[in-house]
Amino acid sequence: MNIIVCVKQVPNTTNVQIDHETGRLKRDGLESIINPFDEYAIEEGVRIKERVGGKVTVITMGPPQAEAVLREAIAKGADEGVLLSDRAFGGADTLATSYALSTAVRFLGNFDIVICGKQASDGDTAQVGPGIAEMLDIPHVAYVKKVESVDDKTVKVERMMEDGYDLIESLLPVLLTVVKEINNPRVASLKGKMASKKAVIKVLDAAAIGADVKKTGLNGSPTQVMKIFTPPQRTGREKFTGEPNKVVVALVKRLSDLSLI
Amino acid sequence: MVMDYMLSEEEKMMVETAKTIAIEKMKPVREHYDEKEEFPWEIVKEFAQADLCGVYIPEEYGGFGKGIMGLVLVVEELCKVDGAIALSLAATALGTLPILIAGNEEQKKKYLPDIASGKKLAAFGLTEANAGSDATGMITTAVKDGDYYVLNGTKCFITNGGDAETYTIFAKTNPARGARGISCFIVEKGTAGFEFGKKEKKMGIKASSTRELIFNNCRVHKDQLLGKEGHGLMIAQATLDNSRPGVAAQALGIAAGALDEAVDYARKRVQFGQPIASFQGIQHMLADMATEVEAARALLYSSARMIDAGTEKRTSKESAMAKLFCSEVAMKVTTNAVQILGGYGYSREYPVEKMMRDAKITTLYEGTSQIQKNEIALNLIKESAAKAK
Repeated sequence: MNIIVCVKQVPNTTNVQIDHETGRLKRDGLESIINPFDEYAIEEGVRIKERVGGKVTVITMGPPQAEAVLREAIAKGADEGVLLSDRAFGGADTLATSYALSTAVRFLGNFDIVICGKQASDGDTAQVGPGIAEMLDIPHVAYVKKVESVDDKTVKVERMMEDGYDLIESLLPVLLTVVKEINNPRVASLKGKMASKKAVIKVLDAAAIGADVKKTGLNGSPTQVMKIFTPPQRTGREKFTGEPNKVVVALVKRLSDLSLI
Repeated sequence: MVMDYMLSEEEKMMVETAKTIAIEKMKPVREHYDEKEEFPWEIVKEFAQADLCGVYIPEEYGGFGKGIMGLVLVVEELCKVDGAIALSLAATALGTLPILIAGNEEQKKKYLPDIASGKKLAAFGLTEANAGSDATGMITTAVKDGDYYVLNGTKCFITNGGDAETYTIFAKTNPARGARGISCFIVEKGTAGFEFGKKEKKMGIKASSTRELIFNNCRVHKDQLLGKEGHGLMIAQATLDNSRPGVAAQALGIAAGALDEAVDYARKRVQFGQPIASFQGIQHMLADMATEVEAARALLYSSARMIDAGTEKRTSKESAMAKLFCSEVAMKVTTNAVQILGGYGYSREYPVEKMMRDAKITTLYEGTSQIQKNEIALNLIKESAAKAK
């Protein structure tokens, strides 16, 4: 079973700086972590490998320092890391990102399951996983909360819905995006950390994977950020302070004055 | 800021791994295990998965090969969050040391890999109802019968009792020879005639099981004898020389955890219109606590390094000093942490009352503080007498 996990390096804070000219995130000097949803994707990839055997390859697209998240994934049980790094990939929106990652997955070839976190904590689009599947022309199941069974031809998964879950069977190859309910990611082991230190990370640029640079990075991104702004804070708040029993009386009175209760 | 103890990159890696498990996995459940007095199997699995169970076991037997220092670093870090859950790992080390010290190659190959991987836990069976500080007072016997020894007797206060798979048990093979008539055996859970007795209800370390081991005509093959017949007490003493730093690390970790809680609380708690950390009375308490914790750490790391260096034949004095000092510091620091938190410190809402309860055992087991002093003094006198010759 060849499993490919796509991960993203994201800023480890909600208090990120925005470049007001371009409207994009300022990533320099910011501590980076694996996108939290991708932690579940890595764990599930490793668990499938532990169940049926095989290999887990982790891919990320980013600057050279994104190598750190690949090493972390190896410490947590992945076998190999591939870094897509090229100026031509910079400034990509979800379409260009899906194009670059799907091109890389096709270049690596011979894959059975591609796993992504359901969305990234910075962009929150949840588009890249399904985008990769479309470009690879393979089925995908989003919001997977459990992999029930997997064999060399099919996978059976539970897809989380608002009112329960769907049980879905798919032929391989397939792309899954996972939610945090799927597992409890392991802590990197000592032997894993030793292995990750020694691991050789494969670095590929656009030419290496045969990507069309008109479709990558800013060139390939129809979505342009026009403006980034902080929504104005709502005004007209009223704050009640004091002893709880008095506050409750005041609050109930106010709400009934407003005919809300 | 932490003091620089020249930890190697691999040692830092062990600390970091233990810290992650302590905070992410142990902290959310520590109250549950203290309250319910259940054995923390879910956390033992985390230790195993992260390779922490075998940090002190040589690499050739599947461990990480980082000696007593490795054990000390991991136990300290885990105990900053919970000194009871971590005991599953620390007491396994105590039960495993006799095999590491006195086991032959076959015994090491048979038992160490499963312990290193965390698949099995171990326990150490020396204490009996009337043989605590005086181990020679034991009445458990092992009588040779062909290729077997037949064990009879009851061990008490055995940490990991019932939950461990591998036990190192001390019994008299020749009662007439006193200290030289004791032997050590590896006994596996499930051996006919080996049962578990009552589980102790304790003041602290409630997540750790403490049980009686009952031997009733339990037949153990002679291949399970560790070292030579009659060498049991020597094995026990050598084990304690190596294991006492583990208890010291538990004590140190509990103390360091309590200190952090006390400083944090003192900064946030406002009385008389200002944080209590601004009062000199509190500041001096915190300063004493921090100094004692750091001194305890320096002494412990030095003794662990000395043991690992292996240049001295015996390290009884140094490991006794580390255990004595760290455990007494743990008692003082946790008591003062409760004092600083006041009524809240006494309440189960905050973790310091549990830390104080957990700390107390460290001045008692693997030799009380008084026994450590005997050990230190005895060695001082011996060393001086040797010089005088």
